[in-house]
Order: sequence, then structure tokens, then C-alpha cells
Amino acid sequence: MSMMYVAPEQQMKDRADFARKGIARGRSVVVLRYADGICFVAENRSQALHKVSEIYDRIGFAAVGRYNEFENLRIAGIRHADLRGYSYDRVDVTGRSLANSYAQLLGTIFSAGAEKPYEVEIAVAELGTQPSQDQIYRLTYDGSIGDEEQFAVMGGQAESISAAIAADYHDNLDLAGAVRLALRGLEAANRKDAAELDADSLEVAVLDRTRVQPRKFRRIPPGELADLLAAGE
Amino acid sequence: MSSRDAGLSPAFLRASTSSFSEFLAEVRPELLPAARAGSEDVSHLAPHGTTIVAATFDGGVVMAGDRRATMGNMIAQRDIQKVYPADEFSLVGIAGAAGIAVEMVRLFRVELEHYEKIEGAPLSLDGKANRLAALIRQNLPMAMQGLAVLPLFAGWDQATGQGRIISYDATGGRYEETSFHSVGSGSVFARGALKKLYRPDFDARQAALAVVQSLYDAADDDSATGGPDLTRRIFPIVMIADAHGVDQFDEAEIAAMMDEVVNGRMVRPDGPEAPLTGPPSADDVAGEVLP
Repeated sequence: MSMMYVAPEQQMKDRADFARKGIARGRSVVVLRYADGICFVAENRSQALHKVSEIYDRIGFAAVGRYNEFENLRIAGIRHADLRGYSYDRVDVTGRSLANSYAQLLGTIFSAGAEKPYEVEIAVAELGTQPSQDQIYRLTYDGSIGDEEQFAVMGGQAESISAAIAADYHDNLDLAGAVRLALRGLEAANRKDAAELDADSLEVAVLDRTRVQPRKFRRIPPGELADLLAAGE
Repeated sequence: MSSRDAGLSPAFLRASTSSFSEFLAEVRPELLPAARAGSEDVSHLAPHGTTIVAATFDGGVVMAGDRRATMGNMIAQRDIQKVYPADEFSLVGIAGAAGIAVEMVRLFRVELEHYEKIEGAPLSLDGKANRLAALIRQNLPMAMQGLAVLPLFAGWDQATGQGRIISYDATGGRYEETSFHSVGSGSVFARGALKKLYRPDFDARQAALAVVQSLYDAADDDSATGGPDLTRRIFPIVMIADAHGVDQFDEAEIAAMMDEVVNGRMVRPDGPEAPLTGPPSADDVAGEVLP
């Protein structure tokens, strides 16, 4: 076996291209703030394999890309949060700490020569006690992290979806408005031959500030989702 | 903060369990309640919780606990909470070494939530009961030093649609109880009272009234069980698990119930009297139904 010299710049570029290609094949996910919390909308035809998940009382997770890889990250995140909550206190579990840990992990995997990079993009959303404290962190395959003011879009067509959502987004969307806006964004990016999106092809969950229970994460069941989608027509 | 908390170490990705306590044993074993055993009797070091009572009714199960913790002859705390929701559909009450019991309940609650989040579905009621048995078994070395924890577990079984009660011994043995059960130092008296008071056709409020009556009887005869504290208005905590989930009876509602109980006892200090012979005989019942 002969070893060939590859410049580090080229190596990183190759890895990034590889990861981006993997992510672009998947369907997209939108995470956006609405009047009472944070809403996750994923195009997902599976009822069993989730792209959106609860991490902790006020923290949610969404991902696109390779399922086994982001499932691994999701479980590691739940372990991280539960371990912190158990060894300190429930209020000491923060989205910032989790997002930082994910960034470290993804960055290490991306730059370590032996492994292939993860083909994933993830979002960590944390519900504040006040709307102004809500946080949406978006992380990419190389460990880059950014926090989004209003919404985050992940997946292959992120740019065109973002453009469609940004046009109509405002701070006081109700839940039905937020879900329909996300749906319009996802549809804008779809190919013309793609089937229309409906309640059966969407996975929707919320971090709901109005819930009295400490666990604010709630999945929206298909029946309720159909009502939300119908509300604006 | 130790450096191990800073990020996601490889163990976080590698571990293949949905159980939080097993994960903890792998990465941070020193955090497990049972990981610190010595050899001599140390029961005098920690306060002990006393009496827990549970009873099923048509459509659910109620659990109640008195509010006292004792250290020898001292009252260590008069408003301790000993009944907790374990998750959305189950309750756990604790008797025994209070410090370890509270920590065990904390671990048990994380255990159930952890499984539910990772697997995307809650454990069955039997699965939950078995996880609690495993935690109690891990505590055996502490139990041998006099710090036994004896929880009572109860919950709404969504699969069969009924309220169920499960008791344990210090070695982690689990036993299904029918109708009602009690654990802790006053349990003998509470169970005796419930034997006379319990009826299977109770509704939620009647079941709650029966368990607080039995706690009164426990406090009447067991010095370690706290009775209603009328001057400070400290009353038993009563929780319910039914098809809608877990709920706690309002403090005001329990206060009113306690006043009712105390007023009754002003007239008859030993509480409600049961008929000397059993329920109406089969002949009488048949006579009512048949023309």
C-alpha cells in the first residue's frame, strides 16, 4: 500500500464535501420560535424513526442526515443531560453546555484522520423562562456552532427553505401559523414531482412554555396536526 | 466541576444500555447510592421515615404517607415528603432510612424518564417495578448496616386498565398486593384499620379518606408515625394514579378531609366502627335482587 501526501486543506475539503453530500440527500428539518415556545417540524414519513426528540425538561433535539449517527448523538445527549441533572440539579442542565459538548465531539470526529466525518446536522433548542431567553443552536458535521435568533433550517435545501420562511416570519406566530409556515418552507424546496406534504408525512413536536409539567417537550399527534394544518385554510 | 463532566466522552457513545443506573455504574459509579458501604451498624446516623399506605379503587390507586421522620426518640422532621410521583402513571412511597430513600427515588425517577426518552416509549408497570427491585437489591449492603429502604410502589397499569400495588423486601424481592397495603413502622396498625375500612367499590375520594383514617390509626399506636398536626396544619400527602395520570390531592381538600376525620374521632376516638358480622349474607343480597 502506498501512502500519498494530501495537503491538510485538501483533506478537510474532501471530508466536508463528503459530509455535505450525505446530508443533502436527506429530507429537511425546521426549528422555529413561536409565541408560546419552540416548534420542530421535520419531513419524515416514518412513525417510528424520529428526527425530533426530547433531551431534557426544556431541551429538544432535531437532526438530519445519517440516522444511526444522529441517533447515537441523541442518546449521548440524553445521557449527558440526565447525568448532569442527577449529579447536580435539574435546573443545572443547560442547552449551551449540551451544544458545546456536541460541538467538541463533532469537531474531534471531523478532524481525526482515521474515521469518516459524521454526515449529520443537528439543532439543540432550549426553552427559556421568558421568550427572550429561548435559544436555538445549530451544529454542523465539522463541529461549527451558531445560535439562531428566530429559526434554524437543516438539510440539503436549507437555503431555499430559509428564504421562504424568512419572508413571512414574525415573532408572534401562533402554533398553527408556525407549523404552516414551516410546511410552506419545506414545500418550496421540494421538487415538483414530489408528493404534497400532509399530516402523515410530517413529524412535529414543541417545547411548550404553557405546559404546567416540568417536562415541556410534547409531540403533536397526527390528529391534532391535521387540525393545525387545516386551521388556516 | 470535574473534567469528566465537560464533554461527551467515548463511553457516552459506546454504552449500549437504556438504563440510567447501568450507565451510571459504567461512567460514574461513585454517584450510585449503594456505592458506599462500611461494616458497622450506622442506623443511628440517619432519620427514618415511617408509614406509607396505598389502596386501589375502581379506576385507580391512591397512596398516602404521614409527614414524620425520626432519629431514635427525636422527631427529625415533621413535614417530610415520603410519597412521590415516579413518572406520569406511577407513585412511589418510601419507608426506612430517609436520606438513602430520597436518593433512591431520585435515581428511580431519572431511570424511568431516561428509558422513556431513549426508547421513545415508557416501560410497562411490571418493568418499572422490576427496575425498582434492582435498585433495592443494590442497596443490600447498606440495609445490612441498618439503612434499609423499603419503598411501596403503585401505579395505573395502562395495559390492563387497573391500579396496582407492589411491595418489596430489603433483598429486592417484589410482591404484588391486592386491594391495599402498608409499609413502615406503623404499617401493622394501618393495615389492621384498612382491613375494616376497605371496600372494593370505593371512588377516589373514599379511598383517600380510608387511607388517611388508617394513617390516623397508625399514628395513634406507633410513636414514630406522625398524626395530623392541627396547629401547624401539616397533613398527610395523598396522591392518586389513574387513567389520566398522577395527581396530588389539594392541600385544602386533605385539610377538610382531616377535619372530618378528627371531628369523627372527637365522638369516637377509635374511628369509624365496622359491623360485627360481615357484609349482608348471600341470602339477603339474593332477596334484594330477586322479586
